[in-house]
Amino acid sequence: MTTWAAPRTRHVLGPWQWPDVSGRGARRMWQRNAVLFRRGWRLFVVPNFFEPVLYLLSIGLGLGLYVGEQIMGVEYVVFIAPGLAAASAMNGAAFEVTYNVYVKMQYVKLYDAVITTPLEPEDAAAGEIAWAVTRSLMYGVSFVLVMALLGYVRSPLALLAPVAVGLIGLGFAALGLVVTATIPRMELYTYFFTLFITPMFLFSGIFFPIERLPEAAQPVAWFTPLHHGVELMRALCLTGDAAAAAGHTAWLVGFCLLVYPPAINLFRRRLVV
Amino acid sequence: MNAPPPAVRAQQLVKRYGRQTAVDHLDLTVQPGGCFGILGPNGAGKTTLMKMVTCVSPPTEGLLEVLGSDVRGDRRALKRRLGVVPQGETLDADLTVRENLTSFAAYHDVPRRLAGERADGLLEFAQLSDRAGARVEELSGGMKRRLLIARALVNDPQLVVLDEPTTGLDPQARQLVWERLRSLRRQGKTLLVTTHYMEEAQRLCDRLAVMHHGRVIAEGSPAELLAAHAAPRVVEIHGSELDAAAIGSVVDGLARDIEAVGDRILIYTDDGEAITGRIAAAGIPNHGVLLREGSLEDVFLRLTGHALID
Repeated sequence: MTTWAAPRTRHVLGPWQWPDVSGRGARRMWQRNAVLFRRGWRLFVVPNFFEPVLYLLSIGLGLGLYVGEQIMGVEYVVFIAPGLAAASAMNGAAFEVTYNVYVKMQYVKLYDAVITTPLEPEDAAAGEIAWAVTRSLMYGVSFVLVMALLGYVRSPLALLAPVAVGLIGLGFAALGLVVTATIPRMELYTYFFTLFITPMFLFSGIFFPIERLPEAAQPVAWFTPLHHGVELMRALCLTGDAAAAAGHTAWLVGFCLLVYPPAINLFRRRLVV
Repeated sequence: MNAPPPAVRAQQLVKRYGRQTAVDHLDLTVQPGGCFGILGPNGAGKTTLMKMVTCVSPPTEGLLEVLGSDVRGDRRALKRRLGVVPQGETLDADLTVRENLTSFAAYHDVPRRLAGERADGLLEFAQLSDRAGARVEELSGGMKRRLLIARALVNDPQLVVLDEPTTGLDPQARQLVWERLRSLRRQGKTLLVTTHYMEEAQRLCDRLAVMHHGRVIAEGSPAELLAAHAAPRVVEIHGSELDAAAIGSVVDGLARDIEAVGDRILIYTDDGEAITGRIAAAGIPNHGVLLREGSLEDVFLRLTGHALID
């Protein structure tokens, strides 16, 4: 009798290997979301867009009155606006690949059906990440436009803001998908959001420079991906410091390259046993 | 011209989940054309086998070729030629009935216009044309199943794999699904169906493989299986204190086989009347004697055991 050896196949990629994604398949997954979004965008967009605007009004203008002195040579509201754009990109991406993808994965069984077609789990994962980046771009870029209308944009480098927003979206989409592929139940997202996303929102330099943090906490804040997103947006929209922008961009690209492979590979592991 | 490759060829196929072996050195060849049934109790490994055939679960060991291609090879290309009807309901609840078909056509890279034509044709095939714009949640169980079958056909597949296509349906809905599947068979598609309904196997399948504990333990046409593992006639004697040995001596020479199952004794035979006559003449006490045709159910129970399987 012939015995057949079990070849180690592409089914068992380690989390850090570069994933096998078909761009065509990813685009199909993206298109499904885009079609649905076009149908109901008025419902979805409004809260996500207004959240950072509300922060801008409340903290920037309200609290800003009491901040009196200028920060980095600008009024307080102008100082925090680029960071809020970065945060809206982060939130747009993170929500999309967490709750939304989890429901489709665990309850709707969408991906179980999708992977019986030429789409592989990797393609579905990449498509969802691409869609999350798309939503980041919608919120981040429209927020920058609002800033421009209010006269809060002080550098022509702001034209590059979409690239920065996209990078922030990509990093947090991939990171969120790692969480989605790993957690056994949806309730555990609160850990991700309350212990990770919210502290980053508060302490990564949006509302005050991280130099004001206790000395021991500063390196922690520096290592968060949002900090580099905030500083990148500030360099592009406010200071026009191209060298700083390049440095933070490099840091974010590195972060994206770090989290993208495990996001895709762990998603396959979650779907295929 | 070469003969077409088998629709499915498995040799020494193994699937393990941790320590549990779901498919255990299975050998199976499914020739193209017609409807091939995989019959087996719950837990026999049918669904695991279907998942491997449809490239969504990798084999642990062994060879598995589908339509001549290794399932470990280019899965995207292979899946283009397959239609899959999963056991569970996996329709896209955010989309309408028709969009469920067109979105799947898009996943298969079917050009848009052709996808629209196919969707309309398949809605008619599934008798859902008047529901095209409805949301999935508005459909009955039978309609959802027909939509799942229609969805599996949007890429005009060579092989359609159906995992328990009528489980949970009422008799009317089941009849309609069977009728649709027979029409697919007439169109020359190869169907691979798992089921634990004997009636389904008998009405639908040209060939059957009986699976048990992850292996194929018998294979053949329904008639061949009946001849090999059951008998044309079966006499059932019901009673609380039946003596199998005594009955055995009474029907000696007429019975092919005798089996005690719970509060019944089953006698497999070619001549049922002769046996009932002898039982009556011998005055064996009982709660009733039933003479019936041998069925696939007998084959199934004899091969996979009468014990309750959870």
